[in-house]
Amino acid sequence: MARTPADLVGARPDPPFEITFDGRRVTALPGQTVAAALWGAGILAWRTTRDGGRPRGAFCGIGQCYDCLATVNGEPNRRACLVPARPGDAITTQEGHGHDHLAV
Amino acid sequence: MTTSPSEPGAPRARNTRDDTYDLAVVGAGSAGLAGAVTAAGLGLSVALLDASAHTGGQFYRHPAPALGAVRPEALHHDWSAFSDLRRRLAESSVTHLSGHHVWSTVPEADGTWTVHAVTGADGAAERPARVRARALLLATGAYERQLPFPGWTLPGVVGAGGAQAMLKSGLVLPGRRIVVAGSGPLLLAVASSLAAAGARVPAVVEAAGYLRYARSPRALVTNPRKAAEALVHGAALLRHRVRVLPGRAVTEVHGTDRVEAVTVSRLDGDWRPLPGTGRRIACDALAVGHGLVPQIELATAVGCATRPLPDGTLGLALDDLQETSVAGLWAAGETGGVGGAELARTEGEVAGIAIAARLRGRQGATGRTAGLRRRRDRMRAFADVMATAHAPGPGWTAWLDDDTDVCRCEEVPAGRVREAVADLGARDARTVKLLTRAGMGWCQGRMCGTAVACLAARDGVAEPPSERRPFAVPVSLAALAALEGTADTPHPEAP
Repeated sequence: MARTPADLVGARPDPPFEITFDGRRVTALPGQTVAAALWGAGILAWRTTRDGGRPRGAFCGIGQCYDCLATVNGEPNRRACLVPARPGDAITTQEGHGHDHLAV
Repeated sequence: MTTSPSEPGAPRARNTRDDTYDLAVVGAGSAGLAGAVTAAGLGLSVALLDASAHTGGQFYRHPAPALGAVRPEALHHDWSAFSDLRRRLAESSVTHLSGHHVWSTVPEADGTWTVHAVTGADGAAERPARVRARALLLATGAYERQLPFPGWTLPGVVGAGGAQAMLKSGLVLPGRRIVVAGSGPLLLAVASSLAAAGARVPAVVEAAGYLRYARSPRALVTNPRKAAEALVHGAALLRHRVRVLPGRAVTEVHGTDRVEAVTVSRLDGDWRPLPGTGRRIACDALAVGHGLVPQIELATAVGCATRPLPDGTLGLALDDLQETSVAGLWAAGETGGVGGAELARTEGEVAGIAIAARLRGRQGATGRTAGLRRRRDRMRAFADVMATAHAPGPGWTAWLDDDTDVCRCEEVPAGRVREAVADLGARDARTVKLLTRAGMGWCQGRMCGTAVACLAARDGVAEPPSERRPFAVPVSLAALAALEGTADTPHPEAP
């Protein structure tokens, strides 16, 4: 009986690559979104809310809920469940609306 | 051959009147694919726009080629129907515009339509795109309905459809021990996929009872394929020793920074939790959803009539040949009411034939589609049985406590919504939104719309959320500025 999703579909992926999440190395497979790569590493939260500072991650999984917003290579408000992971991507936890550096 | 832009940011979008397509199809799931290849087969020039890089929509979502899935069908029901549509698309003249997130469709004075899209994997690419067409087919599918409960914002709580989508496309799971909960036939499919992919599924928690299907025996016997599908899922759940718990709901999630357990309570017939029946189930993730909501804002924005559906959602009101109340605008699939991939495919085909007949000035679509329409009506009858069986009971709001965030985006708790209703006189979701910001965030009320409508209804019957969103997806100011001055320019935009 299959034990992993990859076993189930007989996946023979192209070679994996590395991205980072808050500086920590995470292995991603080509064709995975940022959110899928993070789930694959057991990471479920990569954003904190504006008011409560509560952790959030992918919820709807199809680009509708915007809970999975992440900062990708310095750019905030990217939907991690839609954006493909690329070798060397630096994913960082998005705090609040992601534009704190613009605050005056 | 299908043309697929190599870079989503530089689509081969035709923008001029000379280059007007006969038909623009929005959505490349079962309905849109069927509509596009049918219309192209009848000689129409067709543009097929879809947000994803791949065809298939949500139901036939599948891993990117680089993941090298040899057996993608292991995660799917009726995969051959999709591979057939995909082959017909590849052999057709349809222009497939992937990575196109349509945010508005505008009827022009000359009777054509302009379809506006932002591009890129998440719509963040700089170049917007426009497509002009003589007819429009909306096949935008559905999104998952959510009802909040204490703890539903904890990481590890994910949409049931979301867990399925992440598994189908990314080959990942949100945890190792996943409770599946909510209501609707999707839950059984999700649980059997998760279990087959290696997750332990301690329970499927279904708020409704399956016995309500038995009240409509005719719809059951005339839809044997649906019954067979349920048996396949049922057998898979038995094989993986997954317990199905009807008449119950997850009424609380436990954990500080992620899910550690859920409390499952028995419900009365109105979905009100019965005190003292809570039982704790250890898990590290919860996949939850309460059915699907037709995604119709592009249609409501141009005034298409809607109809209330038995599950409390709104679908588009369509005529016998899939046309909306706005001439020149057709719809197929879940936009007319959630009914599944086979129904969507059938409706897409009816629409494709009807549109070709209209544009060619021919009668006869009624005769050519008679068989298809009979199948459609039979499947629609079954969809109505499902929708009735899984309609949320009015008592579900009793499992909210005042601290439960109802609006995930704006972090508006149930207590503030109740205050707006009880003390400030709000009677509908729109007034609640103005008073509390519930529904004013990034998702534009998709996640909280049902809940807010139920809370605003007090003891009356909740109005279905209106599904009105002037911008179907968020559009950057840069993308709007790029429209300036080019709207009527009869030259293709520079690449």
